[in-house]
Amino acid sequence: MFQKTIAELIIELQNKSISSVELTQAYLNRIQKNDQIYNSFITVTPDLALEQAERADKRLAAGNAEPLTGIPLAQKDIFCTNGVKTSSGSKMLDNFIAPYDATVIDKFNQAGAVMLGKTNMDEFAMGSSNETSFYGPVKNPWNTNTVPGGSSGGSAAAVAAQLAPAATGTDTGGSIRQPAALCNLTGLKPTYGRVSRYGMIAFASSLDQAGPMTKTAEDAAIMLNAMAGFDPKDSTCSNKNVPDYTADLNKNLKGLKIGLPKEFFEKGMDESVAKVIEDAIDTYKKAGAELVEISLPNSGLSVPSYYVVAPAEASSNLSRFDGVRYGYRCENPVDLEDMYKRSRGEGFGEEVKRRIMIGTYALSVGFYDAYYLKAQKVRRLISEDFKKAFEKVDVIMGPTTPTTAFNIGEKSNDPVTMYLSDIYTIAVNLAGLPGMSIPAGFANNMPVGLQLIGNYFEESRLLNVAHQYQQITDWHKQTPAM
Amino acid sequence: MSLHKSDVEKIAHLARLSINEDDIPSYADNLSNILKLVDQLNTVDTSDISPMAHPQDAAQRLREDEVTETDQRDHFLKNAPKTADGLFLVPKVIE
Amino acid sequence: MEWEVVIGLEIHAQLATKSKIFSGSSTAYGAAPNTQACAVDLGLPGVLPVVNKEAVAMGAKFGLAIGANVSKHSVFDRKNYFYPDSPKGYQTSQLYFPIVESGHIEIELEDGKIKTIGITRAHLEEDAGKSLHENYNDLTGIDLNRAGTPLLEIVSEPDLRSAKEAVAYMKKIHSLVQYLEICDGNMQEGSFRCDANVSVRPKGQEELGTRAEIKNINSFRFVERAINHEIERQIELIEDGGRVIQETRLYDSDKDETRSMRSKEEANDYRYFPCPDLLPIVLDDTYLDAIKNKLPELPEAKKTRFIKEYDLKSIDADILTAQKDLSIFFEATTKHAGGEAKICANWVLGEVNAALNKNELSISESPITPEQLGGLIKRISDKTISGKIAKTVFEAMWNGEGSADDIIEKKGLKQVTDSGLIEKVIDEIMTKNQGQVEQYRSGKEQVFGFFVGQTMKATQGKANPQQVNELLKKKLKG
Repeated sequence: MFQKTIAELIIELQNKSISSVELTQAYLNRIQKNDQIYNSFITVTPDLALEQAERADKRLAAGNAEPLTGIPLAQKDIFCTNGVKTSSGSKMLDNFIAPYDATVIDKFNQAGAVMLGKTNMDEFAMGSSNETSFYGPVKNPWNTNTVPGGSSGGSAAAVAAQLAPAATGTDTGGSIRQPAALCNLTGLKPTYGRVSRYGMIAFASSLDQAGPMTKTAEDAAIMLNAMAGFDPKDSTCSNKNVPDYTADLNKNLKGLKIGLPKEFFEKGMDESVAKVIEDAIDTYKKAGAELVEISLPNSGLSVPSYYVVAPAEASSNLSRFDGVRYGYRCENPVDLEDMYKRSRGEGFGEEVKRRIMIGTYALSVGFYDAYYLKAQKVRRLISEDFKKAFEKVDVIMGPTTPTTAFNIGEKSNDPVTMYLSDIYTIAVNLAGLPGMSIPAGFANNMPVGLQLIGNYFEESRLLNVAHQYQQITDWHKQTPAM
Repeated sequence: MSLHKSDVEKIAHLARLSINEDDIPSYADNLSNILKLVDQLNTVDTSDISPMAHPQDAAQRLREDEVTETDQRDHFLKNAPKTADGLFLVPKVIE
Repeated sequence: MEWEVVIGLEIHAQLATKSKIFSGSSTAYGAAPNTQACAVDLGLPGVLPVVNKEAVAMGAKFGLAIGANVSKHSVFDRKNYFYPDSPKGYQTSQLYFPIVESGHIEIELEDGKIKTIGITRAHLEEDAGKSLHENYNDLTGIDLNRAGTPLLEIVSEPDLRSAKEAVAYMKKIHSLVQYLEICDGNMQEGSFRCDANVSVRPKGQEELGTRAEIKNINSFRFVERAINHEIERQIELIEDGGRVIQETRLYDSDKDETRSMRSKEEANDYRYFPCPDLLPIVLDDTYLDAIKNKLPELPEAKKTRFIKEYDLKSIDADILTAQKDLSIFFEATTKHAGGEAKICANWVLGEVNAALNKNELSISESPITPEQLGGLIKRISDKTISGKIAKTVFEAMWNGEGSADDIIEKKGLKQVTDSGLIEKVIDEIMTKNQGQVEQYRSGKEQVFGFFVGQTMKATQGKANPQQVNELLKKKLKG
C-alpha cells in the first residue's frame, strides 16, 4: 500500500476499497514506527489527520469528492497551519502556533486532503542538506549516513521512506529539486507566481515558490492542480488561467526540442552522475526528441548573484522575528536593544545569522550598488540567457545536482562548498522559471536527478516530458531498502 | 573583500544579532569567503543593464479600499511573549 | 552677524482611506489597542501586502494638484530599522521612485507678496504603531492599530526662510489636502504632522549650514515655536564658538524647547531596497486624466472666484477659502440668504467664528446651519429686524431655539416700522424731557443720541433705527 501513488490511491478511495481513515491511520502508524530513524517530521498531527480523514470519507461517500479528498499529505513546516505549530525549522518559532492557514494549506483543506504533519527543513529554508534545522538533521532513506538534501529535506525523506504518499516543498534556490534528486523523487518548482506565497514563511520573496514532491510526474500534476492559482492576498501571484495539469501528460515527445546548456556539462559534475544524465538524455532522444546544444553564458554567475539577492531579501524578511509579537524572546532582557540582540542571536542558528549578515552587508551604505544592484543586473543577464534559449528549444535539461547525496557533516563547516551544491538549480529561481527534477538512475547506488527547465508557465509541458520518461523507465519506482 | 572583526561587529549590530566574542573570527572567515564568491560578479560588464528586482515584468495589482478584517486580537496575542491590556510589552522604549 | 534661516518641511498626511495601505484593517481612530491590527499589520510570519487602490489615487491627486510630475512607474522600497512600533522591522516606503516629484505651491507672505515653495517629492508609505509609556512595571506597551495606515509624506525644498513662512506653507498644504479630501487634517489625532529640517547660515553664504531635524510636530503653533527655538539655539551655539551637529531633535511643548533624541543618535543605515513582495505601481495617461478631471476647485481658484462673484475683499476671501468646510458654509449661507454675500461674509467671519472659537468648535460642529444663518440674514435685509436685534436672534439660534422666523415671532422681536407709533413714543419722551429738548434746540446737538436711546429703550429696541432718526430730527427741530 505504501508504494502506491496518489493516482492509484484516488482510485482506491473512490471505489471504496480503502477508507481515508484506514489509509491515514496506516501512515500515522508507519510514521510513528519509523520516523525516529529519519527525523523527517517536526510535528505529527494524528488527531487533526484522523478528523480530516473522517470528513473526507463522508465527502467520498456523498460523492462530492475532489481528486485529493482523503489523500494523506505531509506539509513542509514553512507553511502556516492554523492551530498547529509552524516552526520553519527554527528555535525562533519553536513556540509559534500559527493563527492562520497559508493559502496552499487552505487549498488542500478545501480539496479535502489530510495533513499527516509538518516536515523537517533547513532553518528558514536556508540550507542544502537539512543540517541547519533546529530539530536536527534528516537522514536520507537511501543511506542514513547521507543527507536528504535541503531545504525540503524532511518532505523528501518522508516520501522516499513512504511515510507519506506525497509532500509539499518550497524552492528558493533548489530546495525542492535538489532533495528530490537526492531521494529519488519527482519534484516540481513552478513558475514564480504560479502558487501563492501567502502564509509561506518568507526566505527570499522574489525567489521563493512552493511545489509538490511526489513519486511520479502524474502525482505532481494532481498536486499542482490543487496548489496553483491566483490569490488576491499575494501581489506577486499570477492571475493566469490554471490549466488541468494532467491533461497533457500523455502527449508524445516526437519533435520535442531539448536544449542542453554546454555550461552544465563542461565541469563540476561527478563522472558517475554525468553518465546517468547522458543515459537519460539518450532515452529522450530514442523517444523522438531532438537534442540542441545551447549556451547559458552567464549561468556560472548564478551562485554569486543568488548569494547577494537571497540574503539581502532574507535579512529584511527575518527582521520581523524580534521577540515582540511572537516567537522566541530571550530571558530577562536588560533593555530593548538587549532584547533584540539576544532574542535574535539565541533564536537563529548559525547559517541563518550568516545569511542575515551577508544580506545586511550587501544592502548597507556604500555597498548597495556594488553588491545588491550588481547582483540584480547579473540576474537580468542570467534571465536573458534563458529567454534566448527558449527561442530555440522547448525544454532545457541537465543535472539537478553535481553529486549524489553527500555525508552528513561533510560540508556543514564550509558554507561556500555547500552553496555550490545548488549550482544547477539556482539560475532557474533567479529567472523565475519552472523546473523539475525526476529520478534518472543511480550512481554508486544513490539516486541521481535529471533536471528539466521549462519556459514561463509551461508546467504542463514539463509534466508531460517527465511523465513520458516515467512511462519508459522505472527509476522512479525504485525504493530504498528499509 | 575580506571582513575584519570590527566589520562583523558593525553588521551584527545593524542586524541586531548578539554574537559570541569567540565566534567572531569564524564569522569573519566565512563571510569573507562568501564575499569572495560574490566578487565573481565583477567579471561581467553590466553597465547597460537595468537591475532585475523581480522575475515578473508585471504591475502591482490594486486592492479595493474596503475593510475586510475583523478584530482577532485575542487570537493573535496568544503567541506574544508578554502582554497586558491588549498591548505587546517590551523593555522600556526611551525617546 | 546677520543670519539666514533655511527650513524644509516633511509633512506626513494620513490618507483618508477606509482601510490600511497594505491590508483590509480599518483605519478608524480611537479603537481599543490592537483590535485593528490584522495578521498583515502585525507582520506575522508569511503574510504579504497588497496595495490599496485609493491610497494610490490620493497620492496621484495630490501630485496633480501641485503641478507635479506624477510618476507612471513608482516603486515601494523597504526602509529597514528595528523599533517596537515597526512590526516588520522595516517600513514600506518609496525612496528611489516616489509617486510624486517636483511640484510647487504658493504662499502669501506677511507683506502680501507671493512666494513659490518647491515640493521635491511626495511618496506613499505606511505609518507605524504607537508606543505607550504608561507604567506597565517599567515596560512599554505597543499598540499596532495605527501600523499600516497610509501616509503621504510631502517633502518641501529648503525654500522656507522663517518659522512664519513654514507655518504659512504648512497651513497651505493642510488646506489643500482637505480640499482634495485625501486627509481629514485632524492634527490632534496626528492625521497631519510634520518634521522640520532647520539650519542657519551667515547671510550671503551659498553653502547650507548643518541641519537639525525636529521630529513630529503636530500643531501650527508648535511648528512656529519649535522652529524659532531651534533657530535661536543654533545661532547661539555658533556664536559661542560651537558647531551644529546633524541630529534628530524632539520638540517638548511642555518645556517649550527642543532636545536631542539620544536613543536615535547612532548613525542610521536604513538599507533601502525595492520591496520584493510588491510590484511597481504603473499608472497611465487615461488614469491620470480621469483623476485630473475630477479634481475639485482648489483654494486659490475659489478665492479668486469669491472675490469676483461675491465682491469680497481679498483678505476675507482668503480666510473664507482657507478651510474647505468654511468656504462651503459661507456659500450655502449666501444661497439661503438669497444673496447679500458681503453681509453673509461678515456674519460668518464675525459672529459665527467668534462663537465657534469661544466654544472651541470647528465649523463642521457649528450648531447653526447655513440655512438658519441665511434665514436670519434674510430678515435683516428685508428690515424685519435690525442688526442689533439680529444678534439676539443669533444667540437664541445658537442655543437651539429654532429658525430666525420662529425666534422673532416667539420673542416679538419684529421691527416697529409704523411711523405713527414711533411718533407717539417720541412725543411722550419729548414731553418728559423738556430740558433736553431746549438744549438741542439751542445748538447742543450731542443730546440727539439721548433721544435715540430713549426711543429704542421704549420700543425695546424694535423701532426701525432709520425711521427713529428721521422722525426725531424732524420733531426736535420744532
